[in-house]
Amino acid sequence: MEQTRKEYIHELAIVQEKVAAMGDKACTGVQLAMEALLAGDTELAREVMLADDVLDEMIVDIEDSCILLIAKQQPIAHDLRVIAAGFKISTDIERIGDHAYDIAKTVQDVGVLLDNERLKWVQLLGACAVDMAAKAMRAYREHDVRLADEVRQLDKKMDAIFAHTFYALSEFVTTEAPHQKRITQLLFIARFLERIGDHAVNIAEWVIYLETAERIHKKDKA
Amino acid sequence: MKMTISNLNLYYGEQQALAGVSLEIPRNRVMALIGPSGCGKSTFLRTLNRMNDLIDCVRIDGRIELDGANVYADDMDLVRLRKRVGMVFQRPNLFPMSIYENVIYGCRVHGLSDKKRLDEIVEKSLRRAALWEEVKDRLDDSAMGMSGGQQQRLCIARVLAVEPEVLLMDEPCSALDPISTMKIEELVQELKQEYTIVMVTHNMQQAARVSDYTAFFLNGKLIEHDVTDTIFTNPHDKKTEDYITGRFG
Repeated sequence: MEQTRKEYIHELAIVQEKVAAMGDKACTGVQLAMEALLAGDTELAREVMLADDVLDEMIVDIEDSCILLIAKQQPIAHDLRVIAAGFKISTDIERIGDHAYDIAKTVQDVGVLLDNERLKWVQLLGACAVDMAAKAMRAYREHDVRLADEVRQLDKKMDAIFAHTFYALSEFVTTEAPHQKRITQLLFIARFLERIGDHAVNIAEWVIYLETAERIHKKDKA
Repeated sequence: MKMTISNLNLYYGEQQALAGVSLEIPRNRVMALIGPSGCGKSTFLRTLNRMNDLIDCVRIDGRIELDGANVYADDMDLVRLRKRVGMVFQRPNLFPMSIYENVIYGCRVHGLSDKKRLDEIVEKSLRRAALWEEVKDRLDDSAMGMSGGQQQRLCIARVLAVEPEVLLMDEPCSALDPISTMKIEELVQELKQEYTIVMVTHNMQQAARVSDYTAFFLNGKLIEHDVTDTIFTNPHDKKTEDYITGRFG
């Protein structure tokens, strides 16, 4: 039979493209924020902060598109899950963008934080956060439930790195008194990166819901 | 289960209209039958009270049970069957009589003539059909002067007057405006407390709003049936998903 509702199907696809584009932009933001942090590059940090305004515009655009589709097309079944996941995932992406902004703002305020040896654990944490966020968005774009599940599993690794980072930085606080303020800021950055991992897990769980209609309950958490 | 349908096949002459349909209809619930035009859902609905018997070339095999009794048994009393399993059609089909006489038409056919009893039935049926307050002062007026929505609710009152157990509704809102449609939908929700309801509808949102169970028909086959929440959030068959989301039909 001939397919109907072509315009509606096209609009649903556009929502998914917008969410994917927003996710890519947020992932790039985290990546650049980490580069700025490691290089003490305040100019790059400023660019990351400016990019956050674009993410704020993108989420409003996605929300408006979703609301219009609900009002005009009454989506159900998988279509409805596209809308529900669009709302939820874009919120998590926006938070990821906010944390990239927070990291960049710290770099802009302070410049070079500490030498690379002391940044080692934060660097690892950042790489893990970028990896999780990028994989979550790839799972969304490619409808890949297995990859989404991998992101959920990576959360354990993230938690372990965060615990090490927290311990190492706490040690520096006591042994390197002149750098206390900077080390405290690094602790905040570590927390932002760990939160980015949590948002990536949320995205992965919405990808699983989108593709399978299965909700991941707290007791099932990886 | 109020009704159980097992391996039902129906033919109009050489043309098979229903193929191997098996379905259980739960008591005091609303079941929506959905599917594109010509899929067999109205034909299926009419088999439940043997309305297809009125068509010459129809041949049916399989089994339909009402409370465990074979609906197609040779000794089935069709008048009694259609009293137990009443039907409301797509368009209001009132008689050119007063509102009062329309309600009690079936009761008179069944031999009831006591005026006091008939008055009670009229009020009770019109109240159940959410129509009493609108017409109580003009029961002797012609039913033909009522709005489409009122006429359809009067048809429902007429069916309820003979105290059926199952209500079959064949697109009962397709000729109604949105407000009248909402009134019928609210009425269906009220009526399911006392009756088992099977409703054919082309309106997906209506099926989602009013039914507890949904059955999807395509090309004479029952493709999928499940609780309505599941059908409209996570149907198992791609054909069901494509139909309810408007991809075809």
